[in-house]
Amino acid sequence: MVETSDIRVVRCGGSKVNLTPPIISSDSRFVLCTSGDLVKVYSTRTEEWLHSLQGHTNQVTGITLNPANHLQVYSCSVDGTVKLWDFIDGILIKTFVIGCPLFAIYVSEKHTGVLFLHVSMATDSKNECFQLVSVHLPKSAEQEVEAKEMSAVSSHISKNPSCTAFGRGGEYIAFARHLQLNVYFFRKQKTYSFSLKATDKKGAKNAFTCIACHPTDDCIATGHEDGKIRLWRNFIHKKEYTYSTQHWHHNAVNTLCFTPEGTHLLSGGIESVLVQWQYGAGNRKEFLPRLGGSILHISASSDGQLFCTSHSDNKITVIESSFKVCGVIQGLVKGDAVLTDLMIDPRSKALVLNGKPGHLQFYSLLRDKHLYNLDIVQQEYIYEAGLDQFEVVKAAFDIKGSWLATVEERGKKSSDLEFFLKLWAFDERTQSFVLNTTITAAHTDRIISMCFSSSEETTMLVTAAEDSQFKAWCQGADADTQQDQNFWSCDFVGSYHKLNPTNCSFSADSSLLAVSFQEVITIWSPDTWEMLTTLCQPPGVIRDLCFGRLSCSKYLLGTTTKNLLCCWNLLTCELEWSTSVDVSKLQPDPFSENVAAFSYQSKHTDLFVFKPSEPRPLFTNKNVCSEKVHRAVFVPREEPLNSCDESTQWLNRSQLYFLTQNMDLLTFSTATEEDRMLSSSKQLVIDDSVAVTPFYLLLGKHRQQQQKLNTQSHPVSDKPQQTQGSVTIKELLHTPAHVLPAASVLCSMFVNSFLISNTGVQQDPLREEMDSEKEEEDSEEEMEACDSQQELRAQGSVDEVTPKLSKAQERELKRVRKTDFSWMAGLIDSKP
Amino acid sequence: MCLFCVPMPYIRCVVWIMSVWMWKSPEVLLYCRCSEGREPVFISDMASFKPTKVQFLPKLGEKVTEDTLYWKNYKSPVQIKEFGAVTKIDFSPLAPHNYAVTASTRIHVYGLHSQEPIRSFTRFRDTAYGGSFRGDGKLLVAGSEEGLIRLFDISGRVALRQFTGHSKAVHVTSFLSDGFRVVSGSDDLTFRVWDVPSAVELSSITEHTDYIRALAPSKLNPDLFVTGSYDHTVKVFDMRSGSSVMTMQHGHPVECVLLYPSEALLVSTGGRYVKIWDLLKGGQELVSLKNHHKTVTCACLSSVGNKLLTGSLDRHVKVYNSSYKVVHNFDCDASILSMAVAPDDEVVAVGMTNGVLSVRHRKHKKDKETLTSRRRRGPSYRVFVKGKNFVPRQDDFLVSKPVKQYLRKYDKQLKSFEVSKALDTALQTWTRTSKPEVTVAVIIELNRRGTLKNALAGRNEESLTKILNFLLKHIFDPRFSRPLLTVGDIVLDLYRQVLHQSPVVERQLQRLMEVLGREAELQQELLQVLGILDTLFASLTPRKEVAALAALPVDQGPQLQAA
Repeated sequence: MVETSDIRVVRCGGSKVNLTPPIISSDSRFVLCTSGDLVKVYSTRTEEWLHSLQGHTNQVTGITLNPANHLQVYSCSVDGTVKLWDFIDGILIKTFVIGCPLFAIYVSEKHTGVLFLHVSMATDSKNECFQLVSVHLPKSAEQEVEAKEMSAVSSHISKNPSCTAFGRGGEYIAFARHLQLNVYFFRKQKTYSFSLKATDKKGAKNAFTCIACHPTDDCIATGHEDGKIRLWRNFIHKKEYTYSTQHWHHNAVNTLCFTPEGTHLLSGGIESVLVQWQYGAGNRKEFLPRLGGSILHISASSDGQLFCTSHSDNKITVIESSFKVCGVIQGLVKGDAVLTDLMIDPRSKALVLNGKPGHLQFYSLLRDKHLYNLDIVQQEYIYEAGLDQFEVVKAAFDIKGSWLATVEERGKKSSDLEFFLKLWAFDERTQSFVLNTTITAAHTDRIISMCFSSSEETTMLVTAAEDSQFKAWCQGADADTQQDQNFWSCDFVGSYHKLNPTNCSFSADSSLLAVSFQEVITIWSPDTWEMLTTLCQPPGVIRDLCFGRLSCSKYLLGTTTKNLLCCWNLLTCELEWSTSVDVSKLQPDPFSENVAAFSYQSKHTDLFVFKPSEPRPLFTNKNVCSEKVHRAVFVPREEPLNSCDESTQWLNRSQLYFLTQNMDLLTFSTATEEDRMLSSSKQLVIDDSVAVTPFYLLLGKHRQQQQKLNTQSHPVSDKPQQTQGSVTIKELLHTPAHVLPAASVLCSMFVNSFLISNTGVQQDPLREEMDSEKEEEDSEEEMEACDSQQELRAQGSVDEVTPKLSKAQERELKRVRKTDFSWMAGLIDSKP
Repeated sequence: MCLFCVPMPYIRCVVWIMSVWMWKSPEVLLYCRCSEGREPVFISDMASFKPTKVQFLPKLGEKVTEDTLYWKNYKSPVQIKEFGAVTKIDFSPLAPHNYAVTASTRIHVYGLHSQEPIRSFTRFRDTAYGGSFRGDGKLLVAGSEEGLIRLFDISGRVALRQFTGHSKAVHVTSFLSDGFRVVSGSDDLTFRVWDVPSAVELSSITEHTDYIRALAPSKLNPDLFVTGSYDHTVKVFDMRSGSSVMTMQHGHPVECVLLYPSEALLVSTGGRYVKIWDLLKGGQELVSLKNHHKTVTCACLSSVGNKLLTGSLDRHVKVYNSSYKVVHNFDCDASILSMAVAPDDEVVAVGMTNGVLSVRHRKHKKDKETLTSRRRRGPSYRVFVKGKNFVPRQDDFLVSKPVKQYLRKYDKQLKSFEVSKALDTALQTWTRTSKPEVTVAVIIELNRRGTLKNALAGRNEESLTKILNFLLKHIFDPRFSRPLLTVGDIVLDLYRQVLHQSPVVERQLQRLMEVLGREAELQQELLQVLGILDTLFASLTPRKEVAALAALPVDQGPQLQAA
């Protein structure tokens, strides 16, 4: 067993961005949100991810702007530290070590140098007791400071961070827990508490869910589990308090937020409707419906121009004050459960899994960016708790990515199960999937497994269902329809002794189909639909099934529920080997013979990577994570690594991603890969406009000189020096031919330069043109430089550099040349 | 058991045996096709309401082909009442294509579009039979019950010639293709050839041993004709040899014979069978068709594409394509005795035992256009396309207008969660009757939203009868039965206490119970038949040994590649 140090498990993109309320910078240019152990900074205009604040070692649980300096932000984390950042440049300014896990952070302008934090009473983890403490920040110049001055404001507070809020000018702090609202007045050092009855007459649930305090008025707004919003007033007197009730939400109010001027109150809940209540005007309200998942947090910018809502489908929506959505920041949607397998779209190489309800999401792992959602169910989603709606439960791509099969299902709880099998064709024109066939009753019971045949010529879909049948679907198998042949219909129905199938799989060349029926694996020939043989290894039902690839294509692997991993030789139809491992997921690599097996034993998951032909695993990693792994996928690399180390060789052509039960997407990264990434990022840092091609090196050097000169004389001016230009051309002509780009690339430029001299115009236009061309290249190079992975390859190829001019453009150029630029010459002569 | 999930040969067999029953199975698989390409759905359209999806479920069974479209393109039939059973219809080969209808003691000649006879020949003392035109359309010959054969001029009234000689009823008469001779077949087992100018009998041949009821002269050779008789034989006669040259055994009393225009193929009908014979191969049987379930009495050919049509006592006219598959079916009110198709398939005339002549005319595009042009009133096309084809100049600043989403009324109501109103809208008479799938789609949508019970609750007698009527009509339709059964359950649950207060609703529920009971019985029988079929198929499939293990087709290609 090789215990490797150079392969490590990395948490990769797609962590939650909706855990805490996002904050908008005071100039409304940035949105900050927590994402795993990072704080991400997005632009509000372009929705692009600008950079991240990296430094915490555990989940970041709260961020807030520094009231003393609006360019700084505090963040707190479960690792027990509070960090102060300059978020525009992404610099860590200070670290305050608190020492115990922190769950939320609050600040107030009145209390400078004091932070209010949610701290868990660490005594026992079972009954979660949270405490609100205030921490005085020590003033010292050091980077890392220990803050020890803690004083408890209140013990026993709700663990929900939105149940705590600062009142007008920081004079009091309000927090709620279950049915009790507490207000702590800093001046009096006293807590008043007001409680509601457990249920009123109609059986409504009165528990508090969120709190917001009016910025200028003595008013506390509270949201309740039954959807009511109560506005509390006059709570300065313990007995004579009053409250008014407003009701629109039909389920719990998740969040409340006052606008900075206090003119409006925003509320949101599971309905995914942002409601704007006019403060002091009773029931007048505005709605913004269908925002996405249920609203978890709302925040407003300090000038009141922008609102941000974060949604349960891992999304942040930026909304203008005129109630128009102006931006969406979408993370990887993981929801409560990933029902489909993790898949790779063969065309875009994007990770595909079920996303927001009724949709498949396409997520680019390389760029860590959500690409788009494909609406599978095509029905209006009703945001209502406990409503049983259609969910995408199965999906499969064919090998070329031109067909997609999906199964959507409804009614898991009730007896009548409804499901549809849909087949989608890829449309080249719209570059998206288009619905081709809907099959309303493909089977009489739930579809368990689904796979496409992997051959190039004919596509065939096999579905196995709990009605003890498996069916093969073909395109246009029904010969009687004369019009359009491109719909799918059933080709074959197979069953084996009325046993329920558990899995199905095609061999790499799709000459064989394996369908497992409980304990028995049946092998079929898809051409004739003849059952060739059966394989069986009695104890335990077959769980996973996969064929070996390439040189191991004669092997069939299967795992059983009785902790057995078996490998059959299909040539002899005998068991080649078997071991006793509890395999929770078996994932073959489509580009090599390797198979990855995740096994769950004694509260941690181990990974084995092996070839079916060899008894010894290639790679073993004990304790990959502490949860069970049910979904994994091999993602092809853009560019293969060439590591020779035996333990990392299996990662050369593809990368293994897996999803734990806690919905963490993890992957393995090797030392070589990290080196490469590091080097590329260094290169980027050192020089953005670093030369990429020899030609560019040549011109780029001069450009830098030019820029220097320009900055010396007049920074904004674009006019080049005449002598400089001629030197460039001279050097170009004197360079050895083997480092120059192809003559065809340079030819047109040179011919053009001759043309100009013929028209009798002075040399300046040529220079200008040269310059503009260089600039074009420049921008191209910058774009290329962004793609750090591509860089090495780009160095090899030269011919993409000069853009070809179309005829119209050339004509335009000529026209420009013919115009008289002599006035410019005068200008240039006069200036320096 | 689903219909489409089992392999096709199996299905065809099932359908063959129980053509209609199968559609009643509730688990029949239904296909829905996405008719229009949906635009890709990106995040941008999240703010719009997604309208209720109406599933377009095509009816199973009939496949739409060009043939079916062609034969569907007839207007509803014109009914003309005759005095007795219509035994023969013959179209004049000349341009106006009038047709002679032989019924009872008369022969009427109708124009193509008139419903009143242009001319009638009434000088028969007894029932007339087999009135048929000569090749130039100027003479008409007809036999009769008393054994006389009469020859009429189309423009005259009185018979030009009378041929006497048959001792029994003459059912079939016809001109030979030279136009100077008439051939007739009679119940006295003879057929005779008559000379028209001199009105004398040229020859009399007795070869059949039973009544002669079918006759078809050759159009290419004036000496050839085909006869069919109740003695189960079809014979080809050549007048030059004076005897039969070919005999074919049909196996049933022959009702009608027909020659294809090429005269290489011969059609004979009798019993429930239609048989096609190849004359060039010496009378070999080509196909035997059994698509009717009663005696096939008549056959004719369409002039476009020579499609075969057969009419039968089972009240159906079937149209076959060139590979002899039924492509279309005309239904009639009574048993069919005679049928004819006008040249260019303009008219299909069918005569029946109850004396009704039903005439179908072809639809023409022109008729449709005049209809629609009359109907359209309101703003002209120009109003709608105004500004649509304006091409902006290059440097124009474009301000795009948001595309307005048009929603149906029920969708608007669903959008604002007015569930009862949405159901009411979907149950409006027009939607309910002509587009039941829309109503059902709304019901499914309400069920999905969990608000079907709310929508059905609190209704008065009038609106409840609407729902129950809809259930009665569609509950056994396999496309709709599943959601409608839920509706039925909910209605019963909701209104159990108050049902007896309204006799109307009570009666409807009684009927619903009857319908469902019948349906359940049918299902049970169906399952029994399926069980029988399963055993049959199981016994048919040959038992195979498990293939030799070494012969597994694991290919060596990938191995080489890897090496």
